[in-house]
Amino acid sequence: MSLNRRKFFASTAALAGASMLPRAVMAADTIKLGSILDTSGIFDAYGKPMDMAARLAVDEINAAGGLLGKQVEVVAYDTQSDMALYSQYGQQLTRQDQVDVVHGGILSASREAIRQTMRKTRTPYFYNVLYEGGVCDRNIFINGVTPAQQVEALVPYAMGKSGKKVYILAADYNYGQITARWIQKFVADNGGETVGVDFFPLDVSDFGSTIAKIQSVGPDLVIAPLVGGAHLSFFRQWAAAGMKDRIPLASTTLGVGNEHKVLTPEEGNGIMVAYNYSQELDTPANNAFKEKWADAYGDSNLIHEIAVSNYQGVMTWAEAVRQAGSMDRDALIAALESGLSIDGPAGKITVDPKTHHAVLDVHIMEIEDQGMKVIETLPQRQPIDTQAVCDLSANPDDNTQYEIEI
Amino acid sequence: MDLTVVILVEMLYAVASLILISAGLAVVFGMMKVINLAHGEFMMMGGYATITAVNLGVNIFVAMLIIAPLVVGLIGLVVERLVIRHLYGRLVDTMLATWGLSLFFIGLATMIFGNTTTGISTPIPGFAIGNYQINGYNFFIIVVAILLLIGMLSILKATRAGLIARGAMQRSDMAAALGYSPDRIYMATFFCGSALSGLAGAVLAPLVGLVPTSGGAYIAKAFITVIAGGPSLIAGLFSSAGFFGVVNQIFTFAISPVIGEVALLVAAVVLLRLLPQGITGKFFKGKL
Repeated sequence: MSLNRRKFFASTAALAGASMLPRAVMAADTIKLGSILDTSGIFDAYGKPMDMAARLAVDEINAAGGLLGKQVEVVAYDTQSDMALYSQYGQQLTRQDQVDVVHGGILSASREAIRQTMRKTRTPYFYNVLYEGGVCDRNIFINGVTPAQQVEALVPYAMGKSGKKVYILAADYNYGQITARWIQKFVADNGGETVGVDFFPLDVSDFGSTIAKIQSVGPDLVIAPLVGGAHLSFFRQWAAAGMKDRIPLASTTLGVGNEHKVLTPEEGNGIMVAYNYSQELDTPANNAFKEKWADAYGDSNLIHEIAVSNYQGVMTWAEAVRQAGSMDRDALIAALESGLSIDGPAGKITVDPKTHHAVLDVHIMEIEDQGMKVIETLPQRQPIDTQAVCDLSANPDDNTQYEIEI
Repeated sequence: MDLTVVILVEMLYAVASLILISAGLAVVFGMMKVINLAHGEFMMMGGYATITAVNLGVNIFVAMLIIAPLVVGLIGLVVERLVIRHLYGRLVDTMLATWGLSLFFIGLATMIFGNTTTGISTPIPGFAIGNYQINGYNFFIIVVAILLLIGMLSILKATRAGLIARGAMQRSDMAAALGYSPDRIYMATFFCGSALSGLAGAVLAPLVGLVPTSGGAYIAKAFITVIAGGPSLIAGLFSSAGFFGVVNQIFTFAISPVIGEVALLVAAVVLLRLLPQGITGKFFKGKL
């Protein structure tokens, strides 16, 4: 038989088509969970552990018999830290793969790139990352801490340990700007005074003049919502100037991607933070979680705040499917809006029906020898920032990200 | 009073770090006319070489001042032999090739070290000036920059090798006619330029969180400094780094770090409008 190129392609295409058939039939027997994360590129320090966490959660669900008698299948796409790929893969997940739910997105820009696609195709979407707050959309569920939840806990504690004059250093984009505003509000609420605010583009890595300027103002406390590798230099230069023992530091971002493990103990010790999760959280749930992680991946060093959020997001969804008893979107949302809660490694997470954000435990911590030592746990904090602008039970058709006025 | 001293030190530090960042590029671009867009990545590799050496137990000063320049110099040597030497005199082509190299090195560093931030802490403690605490490492950088300028000046001016290099850069055909191999000279010069970039990356490493894409933060400043400096290598480097460093710090202290960066760029635009040949195109003419 002579095989020319055209025939070859025709026959292989037919073969490929045939081999896909059984999968299409099988697909009805599994529940498809779409995952869309940057597992390569500059954000992979965030994305890789998140992906590992999602798979861990799904394996656990499947080992316990799956959901509604079906196994859960992960359909994952790596967006390579490229925002343009989010829209493309978002379309692919919803239209071609027709997944039942999507978990993922890391930066706020990536969330906004796919949120409308999810809404239009009526695919429930879980965004499991701490972010600036204000998204109001009945199709999305968010379980990361928002600035108010963090800052509300962190500011009084840090001011109590230092004093009333606060200096703020923030990253110059919406997260930093909004967080800085919240810090100013809570400083004022606690009877303090903000003596200076500086914003830094993400590539600034020289803070020498800033450190001198801070000293000329002489605050009692510095709060630093700085983001990324270049900004990490601040903590280093602050310690190198010998300032660490003179003016206490607090941050709302340091440690989310395990940055505190890059700083030496001399540089990091004593910096105050507040998050939903810490590896050093000594609870049975967290110890069991770390053990599971270590069994699956060797060791548990990579676990961080948003990896745990992603795990908890998948678990929240699974619980909602169980309660709804079907894969129907409206039944699922109704179950989630019933005030559903789960117990995750970071404690109890409750879905707030009005905002689809999370009511969760916030832990005040201090960095100690490259770990985050839990000082105090504030149980079940409400997402008060988003609650101030968003009420989905009154306006179910709302579809905006509000800039919260303070 | 104390604040004045602190501001002065910060200004000197800003000037010194601009000199460090730009020195390697001044040799490669200023002397050899190779637009090295991988300059930032050479610095990044200098940083990684230092951190790796320190983690292996090498003394940090040895790692910064000897190992990193050597490692990056050798990488530069390989790059020169494989890529750059085919492209001398082809300005635009070197740009494309070195841009590719820069992507390649970022990828390579990501594969080896991962895409996470790494770093080491500074080896010199901070100390007090009056009521102010200041980073002791700033002085180290200032000293290194001064020694670097003196070293470059004396090699280029007082040694035979420097004379040959300068000659070959001006008229390689004449140098060849006099019995020197331009190929060798270019190779050695590129090695020196890369080593200088490696040194800069190494001494700046303890101040920053290093990621494989760190180089991007330096490249624009380096080119601005070298281009604004003009034809004279060392006088140009010193005068433009001095000018931009001072402008940057004045606005940083007076307003904010963002405005400081903006002021630097505006100053560069204005400067190049008034002095299109760079500072040394008009002043210090004919100096080194």
